[in-house]
Parts: sequence; C-alpha cells; structure tokens
Amino acid sequence: MTDKQYAVILVYSTSYALRAEKVLKQAGISCKLIPVPRHLSSECGVCVRIERADQEAAFQVLRTARVEMERVHDI
Amino acid sequence: MIYFDNAATSWPKPPGVAEAMVRFLNNVGANPGRSAHRLAVEAGRIVYNAREAVAELFNAPDPLRVVFGSNATEALNLALRGLLRPGDHVITSSMEHNSVMRPLRALERQGVEVTVVQCSPAGFLNPSDVEAAIRLNTAMIALNHASNVVGTLLPVAEVGRIARRHGLLLLVDAAQTGGAYPIDVQAEFVDLLAFTGHKSLYGPMGTGGLIVGERVNVDRLEPLKRGGTGSRSEYEEQPDFLPDLCESGTLNVVGLAGLEAGIRWVLKRGVDAIRAYEVELAQWLIAGLRDIPGVTIYGGLDANRQTATVSFNVIGMEPSEVGFRLDEEHGIMCRVGLHCAPAAHKTTGTFPAGAVRFGLGVFNTLEEINAALAAVESLAQEAQ
Repeated sequence: MTDKQYAVILVYSTSYALRAEKVLKQAGISCKLIPVPRHLSSECGVCVRIERADQEAAFQVLRTARVEMERVHDI
Repeated sequence: MIYFDNAATSWPKPPGVAEAMVRFLNNVGANPGRSAHRLAVEAGRIVYNAREAVAELFNAPDPLRVVFGSNATEALNLALRGLLRPGDHVITSSMEHNSVMRPLRALERQGVEVTVVQCSPAGFLNPSDVEAAIRLNTAMIALNHASNVVGTLLPVAEVGRIARRHGLLLLVDAAQTGGAYPIDVQAEFVDLLAFTGHKSLYGPMGTGGLIVGERVNVDRLEPLKRGGTGSRSEYEEQPDFLPDLCESGTLNVVGLAGLEAGIRWVLKRGVDAIRAYEVELAQWLIAGLRDIPGVTIYGGLDANRQTATVSFNVIGMEPSEVGFRLDEEHGIMCRVGLHCAPAAHKTTGTFPAGAVRFGLGVFNTLEEINAALAAVESLAQEAQ
C-alpha cells in the first residue's frame, strides 16, 4: 500500500479549523488538525490536513459551511 | 436551606456541569488555539462546542459570531463602547441595570446622546415611546429583556421590529432571561445579544458573551482589549474577524466546559418546559405574598409577564432586616436593597430603600415557597 498523499488547508483561525473538522467529519471526509508546517507560514495555529483525493469534495463542504480558506498546499 | 437568589446566580448547578469542568482540568487542560497538539485541539473543540450550544439555544446562525467574555457586563460594554461613537444617539429604558447605564453615562460624557425611555411603575415599556424617541442620529436601542429588580419582561420583538424599520441596531441584555425564557435572535430582530453563563444557562461564573448579528458591521466594532489570539501571529495588528477580534488572551476554557454542559442541560429539559415551571412557581409566590397583610409587592403581579424574580417589602421593616432575619431564622437566602439598578428602583418606587428580592429558579419547589411565605407572614405580623 502506498503512502497517502495529503494536502493542507490553511484557515485564518483555530475556530475555522475546528468548524472545518466538524463539517468535514459530518460529510464523511477524513481530516486531521495539525500544526501549520513551518515552511508554509509563520502562523502558530492549526491547519486542516485532508487526503488529496478528497480535495474537491472538501472544498465544496467548506464553502457551504462558510469556512473561509486562506490557502491550500500539497504536502 | 432555601436558595432564592437565582437572579444573582443560579445554584445549585445541574448534574454534568461540575463534571465537565473537572474533566477539562484533569484530562485536557491545554490552551485552545495556541498550539496544535492533541490536547490543545481538544480544548479548542470544547470552546467551539460551547459556541455551538449558545448559537443553538438562541437560534443564532453562526457560532463564530458568538464572542465569549467574562460575563454579560463585559458583553454589554463591548457592544456599547465598541459600536457607539460621539454624535451617535442611543435609546434605552428606565429598567436598565448599571451594566448598561454606567457605560452609557460614561459614553455620554464623550459625546454620545442618550435617551432613557420611561417605563410604567410596574416596569413595562410601551414600544411606541421608543419609536417616538428616534432621531436622525439614532444608532442603537439598548434594551433589558427582563428587569433584575421586578422581573418584568420588556417587548423585545416589538422593539426589534421598530429598530429594523428605522435601520437601527438592537442590543438586548439577556442576563435575566437567557435559558429561562425563549429567545430567538432572528425572529425577534436582535442584532446584539449579551448573555451571562452563570444564571439560567446554569454554567459557572466568569462565563458570558455577546452574539454579534449579521447586520453589525464588524469593521466598526472596536474591541475592549487587544492581544494574543493564536491567529495571524505574524502581524502586530489585531485580527479583523470574529471571534478573534474580540477574544484576546486565553479564554476561561474550564468555565466554558461547564457552560456547554449547562446549556446542553437546558436544551434537553427545554426552555419552554423550564419557563412553564417557573411561571407556576412565580404565580404561587405572587399569590401568596398578596394574601399577606402588610406586604407590598412590586412589578406587574402577573407571572406570565415576568421572570420568576419577585420583589416586595414588609411594611414597617427595613429590607436589610427582612433579609437578615429570613437567613438567620429561616435559612432563606435572598437579596435585599438596591439591585445595581437605580433607574429601575426609581421607576418602581423602591428608591432609595430598595426591596427584598426572591429570585426563583428551576430547582426551587412549591414547598420551599410555602415555607418562605410562612416566614414572611411571621415577619409582617411582627412589624405591624
């Protein structure tokens, strides 16, 4: 089995990350809150890690839930 | 022991509240939103869940527009001082608590115009008096949902409709009603709802907050304090989005864990069921007090038009003595004197002596009320 490919969604605050986690889980999309990788931002906060394959579905869910996304990066 | 001081703070708390707080301290304990390890994220979830519980209870559409703070006073200060500018006009009622009056009097010295609309001696407000006070520069109506002195309910929805029609913001002080009386911020056109956690939401002290509606321009909202938020850490400027804009410094997460448990208990029991029970209690108390010669009751004398807070005096005996004797001789705990609301006392005719206040709560019983009525009757007989 190959390693999963991940992307991280950067959000403006922890509150958005927590809302993202909640709505993604409700939609059956697996995700994990992780520290923002240092090379992406100097933020001390958390970001939402998803599987790259789920990216489009995740965007859809987050837009509907009005989670403001800052940026998305593959990691 | 009979606890009749629920208008000051509810006690006891429902099962689950203390447990949630202990669970946080023993098993989580981390700072929400500062780090990203599992305990910090779990602490963040506790805060987020508390926001959701508040939003659900008051039918607010967005949990992220629930701003937490230490109490309703802080929330009211944020709304008033954060949004009103010199030259603005604000309308309020003569039943307000000092948590509204004092910030307004301070703002008045800075050039904010304040109109206090007179309520009836029973504490009722005529919505058309509010409409008549509107000027070209009116920006906000700040209204107590229910008096902390006599429990009288003010017509929030009617005033909300007036506020909408004139393009004004409506700020409601729900310290005495949140959890005890149904509130729907959308249906009642409430733009800003200040709530406390430690009264009828059955959480601990040190919790409360402000729901900031969609009509409030967040760009114009000046926070009371600025500082660390765990977001936008690369910038030295305060974040411009809610709730971070108004939530600097570490939150009272242990308190919010208890608050969520309290609100979940309220939601499970149902605000309508709680309200119906408290009406029954208040009705019984009012009827009983009316039957005692030598007792003056204040307010509308109609349990359906007030909260379960009832104020009275024993003719010929100082409120302070009544309170002391009730506590010492009968184990009944209540509040006496002026209840941080001089304008409301002037309106109801209880200034400057004050009154004896029985603040009933959902854990009180008809038996306790009967015991208290017998105690008041014995004091009234003695005083005559």
